[in-house]
Amino acid sequence: MARVILDMKNIDKEYFGNKVLKGVDITVHEGEIHALVGENGAGKSTLMNVLFGMPVIHNTGGFKGEVIFEGEKVNVSSPNQAMELGIGMVHQEFMLLPGFSIMENIKLNREPTYHNLISRIFGEKMKSLDIKTMRSDSRKALDKLGIDIDEMLPVAGLPVGYMQFIEIAREIDKTNIKLLVFDEPTAVLSEIEAERLLKAIKELADSGIAILFITHRLDEVISIADNITVLRDGEVVGRLPSEEATVEKLAQLMVGRKVDRVKKEEKNIQRNNNGDKILRIKNLKVDMPGEEVKGLSLDVYEGEILGIGGLAGHGKIGIANGIIGLYSSQGEVYLKDKKIPLNSPKEALSMGLAFLSEDRRGVGLLLDESIELNMAVTALQVQNKFLRKMPLLTFMNLLDRKAIREFAQRMIKELDIRCTGPDQLVRRLSGGNQQKVCIARALALEPKILFVSEPTRGIDIGAKKIVLDLLLTLNREMGMTIIMTSSELGELRSICDRIAIIYRGKLEGILPPDASDVDYGLMMAGGYKGKEVS
Amino acid sequence: MDNRLKEFVENIGYARIIIGLFLIVLLVSAFLLKLPMSNLFEGILVRTGMNGILVLAMVPSIQSGTGLNFGLPIGIICGLIGTIISIEMNLVNWNAFIVSLIIGSLLGAISGYLYGILLNKVKGQEMLVGTYAAFSIVSGMCMFWLLAPFYSPKMIWPYGGKGLRVTISLENVFDKILNNWVPFGMSLDKFPFRILGVNIPIGLLLFFGIFCFIFWIFSRSKTGITMHAAGSNPKFAESSGINVDKARIIGTVLSTMLGAIGIIVYAQSYGFLQLYTAPQFMAFPAVASILIGGASIKTASIMHVIIGTFLFQSLLVVALPVANVVLEGSLSEVVRIIISNGIILYALTRIGGGEEH
Repeated sequence: MARVILDMKNIDKEYFGNKVLKGVDITVHEGEIHALVGENGAGKSTLMNVLFGMPVIHNTGGFKGEVIFEGEKVNVSSPNQAMELGIGMVHQEFMLLPGFSIMENIKLNREPTYHNLISRIFGEKMKSLDIKTMRSDSRKALDKLGIDIDEMLPVAGLPVGYMQFIEIAREIDKTNIKLLVFDEPTAVLSEIEAERLLKAIKELADSGIAILFITHRLDEVISIADNITVLRDGEVVGRLPSEEATVEKLAQLMVGRKVDRVKKEEKNIQRNNNGDKILRIKNLKVDMPGEEVKGLSLDVYEGEILGIGGLAGHGKIGIANGIIGLYSSQGEVYLKDKKIPLNSPKEALSMGLAFLSEDRRGVGLLLDESIELNMAVTALQVQNKFLRKMPLLTFMNLLDRKAIREFAQRMIKELDIRCTGPDQLVRRLSGGNQQKVCIARALALEPKILFVSEPTRGIDIGAKKIVLDLLLTLNREMGMTIIMTSSELGELRSICDRIAIIYRGKLEGILPPDASDVDYGLMMAGGYKGKEVS
Repeated sequence: MDNRLKEFVENIGYARIIIGLFLIVLLVSAFLLKLPMSNLFEGILVRTGMNGILVLAMVPSIQSGTGLNFGLPIGIICGLIGTIISIEMNLVNWNAFIVSLIIGSLLGAISGYLYGILLNKVKGQEMLVGTYAAFSIVSGMCMFWLLAPFYSPKMIWPYGGKGLRVTISLENVFDKILNNWVPFGMSLDKFPFRILGVNIPIGLLLFFGIFCFIFWIFSRSKTGITMHAAGSNPKFAESSGINVDKARIIGTVLSTMLGAIGIIVYAQSYGFLQLYTAPQFMAFPAVASILIGGASIKTASIMHVIIGTFLFQSLLVVALPVANVVLEGSLSEVVRIIISNGIILYALTRIGGGEEH
């Protein structure tokens, strides 16, 4: 049996009373490729933050448990220290200097140097760079990965695949590297590049480096990993050698049973009258960085709650943002028979769409303004509501403060917003109440379709249920069609009538909320090809 | 009690309390030094009134999200041109004043629009770009003043007969027309406008007040709210169907127009038009005033304008004679520059201090 490189024992971590890691154990041996899989928010990144001693861990009260590296108990207090121990990380986003050459990027801040005349007088900082050694070291690292590219080329303009390899080359060039962590390394690569990368990773493992591999792509995991650990909700729910793993099995472990249906009875009545298509999306492409939509077609029925799910980075967030016009998009979207002009929020809003952004504090609210102004401003803008019309001088139409106040008071009462009054600043409200203000703002528009993105992100558990119940009420009682995008599958399954799963910017399939975990897991990992399961 | 005092201080702001206390100390020492108090008070009121609209010009630019308008000299130049044209037309008194205002604000609207387009291309750098845009336009205009086809003997160099003078006297044009204007047929010597021997420049203050009121009304109109929303959160504004670029242009146009009007009001009180490089640094005292008043580069209100102008101008009016008596010798200009630039520096280091990230 090979030597144990890393042993993390019984790791507990909580953020503000919210447990995100519960007694996680993980062991990685020399030369082993160990895969860590889990949904978004399962605790993978938190675990890695613990390993690297990221400041975010220490600033929030540290963690409980032991980290044993090469047989010794270590207390990693900074990423720098992790690096000195021989733990390297290949990031999901590239951390490269575009104007520098490949060689310079690989050797940055670790350049071999030699003394010259000036440095003998003025000290270490003035030593010359040993370009020759730098070149040959870089060459060696690149060769190891099987990349034949000139190490003197600048990084700017290289294809993303190469950038990923340069990141790796930088890590393996560190002479003491013993454990290398890959954080979703294939997420941005094409199939061929991904294949080559996996091959390189295997070779690295054969040379004795322990590899910790984080990914969503289940087929990859099975083909490359020696052992697999599955995390769900901060707990280890499965630990198996890859020979025993199948994609279905992993998918089921990953998703798990955590469905808690709200008001099931009412739902069945509703289900029957999903006759008319209210929204038809044809070949929608949205250029939203990190959440690109690449040709999505989807129909939405009147009066339903349609869930949009999928893993981070696959484009589910881009759909609503694109239709409402916040990111540049192409394609055709019809509301009933009318075509919705894309790339113009004003047109989209005035046709009867409303949007609650996933970035509530950044896009959804005017934090330093009052509750009532926040509620009124969009309707005021798009529909000229809450205005006292001035004869002739239309541009000088004044606010009807009385109408705004009345509306705000009604909403505060109906949505049960906890505040000191309609003139309180939104910044002072809790997350849940801020979300309610956003909902009230959308309601002021009296929309036909309400797009909701990540409605419960950053909201505590009690308020989550209230927000979801509220959406359900809007749908059931006011007949509003709701399209809800969420990373939390459990949340989608609790209130949606149908759930569309997005994979690589396209519709992978549509599932009913009570479909099996295996189907959900498979679909999110791209295992279906567009068939509808019912 | 402690808490309430702390809250009170925080509501008003430490900077303003310190400056307010300093002002009181200065007033007391002026009194002890037997300086003519009625002149000081009159000076404070006059200077507040004559600078007020220039400070008000900062509000639309801050509210629309382009920050402090360091490009104010652009508006000032428009106001100067307006006045020169009305002098060239041989107008006097109210005619000259009103025609100057109309031409000045029209030019201000046009150049504000162009300047707004420029600012939309340099988002995030408005204040730096504004400063240099203004500097270069001021320098470019030096040639205009020299070459422009104006012939009124009130304005051109007396010897060569070509080109405008550096300083043009407004005597016999509209010198002190607002300062001496006493509306509603009241007399300067009687009670309401002469209190304890202090002449109150009622016309000037009223004019400033009218502009504050108009702007206050505007900020409650749909256009005003739109501009405000675009400034305080551009992403939010965009998702509410607001054209952010247009809102920023509206803010810049208003600011430039107010700059043009502001300089005409300033000039009538001062009695002279100052051309060539004079407008170059005129944005700085206005910026300092509104910052003293409690505005930041993200929020500003009419109250900030009024409080800030009053505090800043009082400080200058009172501090200088006191300093001159105590320290012997004329320090006025040096002190003015130190105070105004010091305040700007202080305020700019606090950018984002109150923001949450």
